[in-house]
Amino acid sequence: MKIESWLKSNTFHHSAFWDLNALVEEKQKQDLKISLCIPTLNEEKTIGKEIVIFKSELMQRYPLLDEIAVIDSDSSDQTREVASAFGAQVFLSKDILKKYGEKRGKGENLWKAIYQLEGDILVYIDADIKNIHPRFVYGLVAPLIYRPEIHYVKAFYDRPLASSQGSRPSGGGRVTEILIRPLFSLFFPELTALIQPLSGEYAVRRQVLDKIPFPIGYGVETSHLIDVYHRWGLQAIAQTDLDRRVHRNQHTRDLGKMAFGILQTFLKRVEALGILSNLPELSTTLRQFQVNNNLFEEIPLKIIEEERPPMIEIPEYRKKFAHA
Amino acid sequence: MADVSSEQENRVADSFEEILTMLPFIKEASQALREILLANLVMIGEIPSPTFEEDRRVEFIQNRFVEAGLHNASADEMGNALGILPGTTGEQNILVVARVDTVHPLSLDHTITLRPQSATGPGVGDNALGVAVVVTLPILLELLDLELQSNLVLMGASRSLGRGDLEGLRFFLSNTEIPISVGIGVEGFPLGQLSHDSIGMYRGEIVCTVPEEYDWTRFGATGAIVTINEVINQIQEIRLPRRPRSTIVLGSIMGGQAYNTIATNAVLRFEIRTESEQIGEEIFHQMEAIISDVSSQTGADISLDVFARRRPGGIHYRHPLARATRRIMSALDIQPRKSPSTSELSAFIGYDIPAITIGITYGERQNTPEEEIIIEPIFTGLAQLTGVLLAIDRGFCSEN
Repeated sequence: MKIESWLKSNTFHHSAFWDLNALVEEKQKQDLKISLCIPTLNEEKTIGKEIVIFKSELMQRYPLLDEIAVIDSDSSDQTREVASAFGAQVFLSKDILKKYGEKRGKGENLWKAIYQLEGDILVYIDADIKNIHPRFVYGLVAPLIYRPEIHYVKAFYDRPLASSQGSRPSGGGRVTEILIRPLFSLFFPELTALIQPLSGEYAVRRQVLDKIPFPIGYGVETSHLIDVYHRWGLQAIAQTDLDRRVHRNQHTRDLGKMAFGILQTFLKRVEALGILSNLPELSTTLRQFQVNNNLFEEIPLKIIEEERPPMIEIPEYRKKFAHA
Repeated sequence: MADVSSEQENRVADSFEEILTMLPFIKEASQALREILLANLVMIGEIPSPTFEEDRRVEFIQNRFVEAGLHNASADEMGNALGILPGTTGEQNILVVARVDTVHPLSLDHTITLRPQSATGPGVGDNALGVAVVVTLPILLELLDLELQSNLVLMGASRSLGRGDLEGLRFFLSNTEIPISVGIGVEGFPLGQLSHDSIGMYRGEIVCTVPEEYDWTRFGATGAIVTINEVINQIQEIRLPRRPRSTIVLGSIMGGQAYNTIATNAVLRFEIRTESEQIGEEIFHQMEAIISDVSSQTGADISLDVFARRRPGGIHYRHPLARATRRIMSALDIQPRKSPSTSELSAFIGYDIPAITIGITYGERQNTPEEEIIIEPIFTGLAQLTGVLLAIDRGFCSEN
């Protein structure tokens, strides 16, 4: 599929789906169940607002969502208390599929949500969005409801307040532009059409989600895109412009950790797909530096990108979702 | 005279019982709207809405009115959001209004943080909550299965604050063909506030500018800040009567450019507040004289710009509307706090429409980026508003 035609047919703006009555009607006609998963780690400041808005707008006013669940990584603040006070189902990640142990990372929560939640479609929304709005959910879910051939819808954010030129650069964050896009350009050129491949908001059909592995750390989004693209093709992926997303900014040092984790995942995927072979054993230590009293000091940081297998391989899952 | 009012009091009390007994039920039932109300609060509050730039917030309110199936849901040419919930007889028209503008600039981060007990953010109580209550009111009445006889006109009023000078509400009242029988102003906080009369007010700015070619060797040649300080000193010497109560509020001062540059401009913002129209006029003339005097002494250019005026007035403490509201508050264990107003009430007074302003919950740090409201009392505030609406609707608040 050519990038140009994909951009025309599979790139949406949330405003195209403003008619929530029509969307809910179509969802009910297809007898679909939709679950919202919010993975959390110390998000007490923003979680209450997210739940109230989604519950009010997309459960009570327009019944688009069937369940809202917070999957928490043992937050030390009041995240779980706040979420539950506003009526969300709250789960501790480590309590789900206990037999398989506990791993630290957002990908772990996303993976366990596949088992815990009931929906035919799962929507993942990060908990740190300051300007939360119902469009973050309906903009991602709508292409799956209206277009059966689409399986995976990714968010992007591209609506500057003002632009003086007809054309302007459109892109993702720093890690996307200096790591992911160059890597995709080298190995998966069609995936470069995704404006923000690392965005943490996406909606996926269960039958796709349970068949792909889940890196538990920084690499989960990159890995998803490569796997969905490899198995179902670019036509199964879509992206929706959700205008603006206001969130915390990360320090460059943190972005370095992120890039390191993503790079590990990326190399594992290309090796697994046979695109690269005979890779040496890679170090899992990121080495960053700081200056202390004019002396340079190394700060080594262990970042191991572990991976969970496709959920369909877990017997408990197959039993719970017998149809799967 | 005493007998008549006592008789009237009893008559109202008897007829009032039904409404009073409904209040706990209304308070309890309104809890079901917790998410809808809080979602409205957050979505309204996060749309910046400084005076004269309320369009986006008004559009949101208008959409809510359309979704609620209100008649004539629209925005008028002054930028007010309006909608009508028709009553069964339509004999009265009750206007419920909340101002949509805030003191916060577009550039400020308008994020609202929601915790189980509270909501925090700029303008969350003043007046995102008031607006959220107005847009949630049709759903509340439906939930309670209450059908009013009167038409309910719901309004998000633009251009209320500062230089807006209640322009939105005044425009509506002077141009609408709907005869408004009673007005209710809804403010986020404080719960217990009961304004039914308005004090007189002059709001303005004193602007001091020192010309570029100023002769710095002359007396007082220390720039605009020192000059405006002299104006302040003289204003402080104005003798204010104890009765009728009057005060001069010096609200804000700005001036100068840097540490080491003599200021060439300074601005003082003030309000004269008084229970007497005549006293207000006198204070205003004294300020004019002070400015003329300081200007001639220093050679600085000083102007006095009054851009908002309110005349004192309103309904009496014993008016059935004020009395009924107090009784509803008492039944809900709200301590009524009479508080003269310079806000929406003044516009109603200008058109001789009986009106009150009430608050919905408790809060603090008003007009700061950390403004905070408490969530739980909101449901008492909703019961209070519904009770007052019922009292008006059933004719218990009319002097006739």
